[in-house]
Amino acid sequence: MVPLTHYLLVSAILFSLGVAGVMLRRNVIMIFMSIELMLNAVNLTFVAFSKFLNNLDGHIFTFMVMTVAAAEAAVGLAIVIAIFRNKPTANVDEINLLKL
Amino acid sequence: MEMIQTPEINLSAICHILTLCVTGLLILVLDLFINDQKLLPFKIDKKLLPYVALGGVILAGISSMNDFGPAVYAFNNTIAADNFAAFFNVIFCIGTALTIMISINYMEQEDLNHSEYYALLLFATAGMMLMALAASLITVFLGLELMSISLYILAGFNRAKVESTESALKYFLLGAFATGFLLYGMALIYGATGSTNLKEIAAAIKGDTLNSATLLYLGTGLMVIGLGFKVASVPFHMWTPDVYEGAPTAITAFMSVGPKAAGFAAFFRVFLVGLGGITDHWVSLIWVIAALTMTVGNLTALAQTNIKRMLAYSSISHAGYVLVALVAANEIGSTAVLYYMLAYAFMNIGAFTVVIVLGKKGEENLNLEDYSGLASRHPLLGFTMAVFMFSLAGIPPLAGFFGKFYIFSAAIKAGYVGLAVIGLLNSVVAVFYYLRITVLIYIKDPVREFPPLSISPFTLAALVIAVIGTIQLGIFPSWILEIAQSSSLF
Repeated sequence: MVPLTHYLLVSAILFSLGVAGVMLRRNVIMIFMSIELMLNAVNLTFVAFSKFLNNLDGHIFTFMVMTVAAAEAAVGLAIVIAIFRNKPTANVDEINLLKL
Repeated sequence: MEMIQTPEINLSAICHILTLCVTGLLILVLDLFINDQKLLPFKIDKKLLPYVALGGVILAGISSMNDFGPAVYAFNNTIAADNFAAFFNVIFCIGTALTIMISINYMEQEDLNHSEYYALLLFATAGMMLMALAASLITVFLGLELMSISLYILAGFNRAKVESTESALKYFLLGAFATGFLLYGMALIYGATGSTNLKEIAAAIKGDTLNSATLLYLGTGLMVIGLGFKVASVPFHMWTPDVYEGAPTAITAFMSVGPKAAGFAAFFRVFLVGLGGITDHWVSLIWVIAALTMTVGNLTALAQTNIKRMLAYSSISHAGYVLVALVAANEIGSTAVLYYMLAYAFMNIGAFTVVIVLGKKGEENLNLEDYSGLASRHPLLGFTMAVFMFSLAGIPPLAGFFGKFYIFSAAIKAGYVGLAVIGLLNSVVAVFYYLRITVLIYIKDPVREFPPLSISPFTLAALVIAVIGTIQLGIFPSWILEIAQSSSLF
């Protein structure tokens, strides 16, 4: 059987890839996809722990995360469309009216 | 693997949340019939919907007040309806009720009078309540997301305005990013302790039945990042000024009070109930974050010329003061936070109400200079703004002073004299920028013409409630402190 550490390593790598994507990508949609990658890495961690701890909480948590991620995707894409109507760009560097 | 047992359903433990959700759905449904009145047995006007929302919030507030008493654990111990939650729920209801009252006129003036606005406010409040009631990591997460997703939409509610949509996008991207960290932290804590329930996590730490201490510490650190973002603590505060500036002002007022308080409710629950056994490991981290949050917030606020951005940085520094109470991790600290968040709800929403009253469509008058000579034209409005500024600065005998006083005494009692000194120095810095507005209001000559004010009755009522709350909590703090003391987590 594949040991728990392997699952945790894979999910840690996926999570780091997601974080790197958010930091490095400039396209809103790509940033959003990287965030989804982070959430799915978390799901993998939950399911792996759930299996190895013989405890169902992790499974339930994963369902909750997936549901929330779907709701978040709906709202997020709607916001992207709303901003695209005001300013036809998907590059976060050009969405800079408010000074940082 | 064990079977899932259906927990006992105890709806009375969450009846305030249900009230808010049902009212929100009712508003959405009634809105559908507004253009087709023939289908309804009674007549409904769009103008009535805000009052429906206000009624729902007041009902939820009354039902939260009934929660004071012995703690009720419901839904397989994922909900803890104790005094701590009840106190926070009352704060949320006050914040939301005041927001609805100031929104009615403001949203009409900005041509944004859609009923979804009120439904979303109610859903966000339901999420905040769920966070305060949470006794399990799953409930914390669900409450947080219900609140955040509603807030993303509300921040971008003025969708024809670029600033508003931009603030929504920034809030959404950074919020979802922080959620990722929070969830990863939760996953690692779950793996380390074998449970998502806060009490079982505490028991696993106490009984030394951890699967891996390293994972627990890693998870704790990741949760600090996630929750630190939600309460806008430095270095996770970059989104705050932009979002506060771009969002409709009524929403800025709402965001600066309720969601922040909810973030702290979750912070205190998770760190004092769940991770209380490893306080030594996280307290120094929070110490640094608290000191940074106070200092950066206050110093940056000094340089602001836009009142909404200034209040955003001021709200960051106030988050720092509350984190001091978390560092103290004692009974006075927990009591002080409850008192402070209530006082903060009144004074901050009050300050934003004055900002709303002085603005009109297309001309929001957000520069500090616009407040010059306000007292000579509108003495009462100038006085109320001065009261809120003095209270935010922490000048006795107003509510803000006692809040800070109790927080710093909690820190000193717990032995963190250094942090208390940093906090006190910061309060001195903060006096400067709050007093600057008061000086502009009273001493400077007006730089612009003040139009005759037209305050709607509900906005006026909100202003009066905020002033009375700020003064009353400051002059007679003892009764509310007694309630707060019985609601402390310890």
